[in-house]
Amino acid sequence: MKSFNGKVLFLDRSDINTDEIIPAKYLTEISREALAPNLLEDLKMDGFDPANDIAGKAVVVTRANFGCGSSREHAPWALEVNGINLVVGESFARIFRQNMFNCGMMAVELPADTIDALFATFAGRETTATTDFEGGTITFSAGDVSRTVPFKISGFDADLVTAGGWVEYADANY
Amino acid sequence: MGRTIAQKIFDDHRVGTPDADMHVIRLDAVFCHEITTPPAILDLERRDKDRVFDPDRIKVVIDHVSPAKDSKTALQGKILRAWAHRHAIKDFFDIGANGVCHAIFPEKGFVRPGYTVIMGDSHTCTHGAFGAFAAGVGTTDLEVGILKGVCAFKSPETMRINITGHLPEGVYAKDVILSVIGRIGVNGATNKVIEFAGPVVAAMDMESRMTLCNMAIEAGGTCGICEPDRTTVDYLWPFIKDQYDTPEAALADFARYLPDADAVYSTTIDHDVSALSPMVTFGYKPDNVKPVAEMAGTPVDQIYIGSCTNGRISDLRIAAKVLSGQRISDNVRAIVSPATPKIYAQALEEGLIKIFMDAGFCVTNPTCGACLGMSNGVLAEGEVCASTTNRNFNGRMGKGGMVHLMSPATAAASAIAGSIANSTLFNG
Repeated sequence: MKSFNGKVLFLDRSDINTDEIIPAKYLTEISREALAPNLLEDLKMDGFDPANDIAGKAVVVTRANFGCGSSREHAPWALEVNGINLVVGESFARIFRQNMFNCGMMAVELPADTIDALFATFAGRETTATTDFEGGTITFSAGDVSRTVPFKISGFDADLVTAGGWVEYADANY
Repeated sequence: MGRTIAQKIFDDHRVGTPDADMHVIRLDAVFCHEITTPPAILDLERRDKDRVFDPDRIKVVIDHVSPAKDSKTALQGKILRAWAHRHAIKDFFDIGANGVCHAIFPEKGFVRPGYTVIMGDSHTCTHGAFGAFAAGVGTTDLEVGILKGVCAFKSPETMRINITGHLPEGVYAKDVILSVIGRIGVNGATNKVIEFAGPVVAAMDMESRMTLCNMAIEAGGTCGICEPDRTTVDYLWPFIKDQYDTPEAALADFARYLPDADAVYSTTIDHDVSALSPMVTFGYKPDNVKPVAEMAGTPVDQIYIGSCTNGRISDLRIAAKVLSGQRISDNVRAIVSPATPKIYAQALEEGLIKIFMDAGFCVTNPTCGACLGMSNGVLAEGEVCASTTNRNFNGRMGKGGMVHLMSPATAAASAIAGSIANSTLFNG
């Protein structure tokens, strides 16, 4: 199972699309690793600088409808090769969400007020997330402030995470 | 309890329910192109699972960057070509026979009412125009589709959008779908199937229905879907005439997939288009929509007519009617890309290509290229394109470029004016 722990990147905008996550011109790359330098390159957001803000991050916290637009699985791959296996948001576009779990990664939905509280408490501070997969909680900490939030994913999604993705699961079961 | 179209299709195709709300369905068709399929092929090889569930149900095209523009895109084509050959996939459309996937596959009769279709391309929702469940997926879902002929989806909760009233002259399916997205938002149909119905949809030809369903994904929809009717049967008749004695028999058969009168919808919206005017996007999200009149005079650098949304013969006819006897403005360059070789040939035969060329358009071969900023019309930083495509995301047609989405009529009028313009100015 992949790691869902580490430093948090806060992306304070809804409807971040997969063209912003990884522009189409990089879809000619055959290797996933080649996508690494271009993650979120076209994301236009005040105060966000992809060149400096992504390094060392392992978790993304964002708003609603993250990953809308193109079906490209290059979006989860570009996150993965940057060491990011967990995106936490208010909601996700269907294809992006499925792609994440199909890769054994996680797209975790939390209520809007919880997301608001995470932004209010932690955005702009060096924050670490620690996931208890079996217990279904994520603990966010910055300095001496800490907040543990429960999350729910379906049994099927959990199976994909533990199996490391959909291919082996499907080949074994269908 | 009554069922929607998608619920009926799911009931006919379900092979497993790994979770209360998760349905594994059998696939009638898996479509492939050279961008998202090669990583699936390479991963199957790596897992020692280089197999296909049924070579006759897998349809393959090179379309996104065609012909190849560099060594990387050439390699993508090479991987796809070799794979199609080694698995004896007979419906493989290589350079010369290839066109934009969501235009060429319907044209070949590969989609039927009641079908389940996936493709590693978000605009796969286009094929719902035939009363099919068709959904864009990522590479892993595609990979499993290729290997096992199945895909997993949540319960197909359905939103019903009745397009009511009468479509005014000079207002098209593109204007309708832009106005719908403007109304419900880019997140308005997430995880839902949109059933497009009502008198305006019933009166639309298949190409207009494809334009409508094509952009369901821009509202987050899993699939746009139209009720199969006589228009559907007539379009498909050359492909199904050996299966049915008469078109009426086909229609009666397809009626299995009509929604029940008491079907349960998550939302029902009546969308009256009687007062609709031509629409255009501003900003960087497809729900940033305004009437063309409010954006008129906005300067553009490039006009693009093509794509899986609006590169079909009826689109070219509409644009050519506006362009006939006119020249594009000296301030712009204009590109038209017929979406398939058949459309291209027909446009030549009908004299449309001459109209485009006389007006000053560059005519390109069928390819997705410019729509996603990969080839054949990429924008420079700060440039603006008036486009018949489906996405106005930041950088979509080239880093730092801006896209205004519109109908072919509006794009043609904008080419003449050199700025966003209403087609009625030129189409008296």
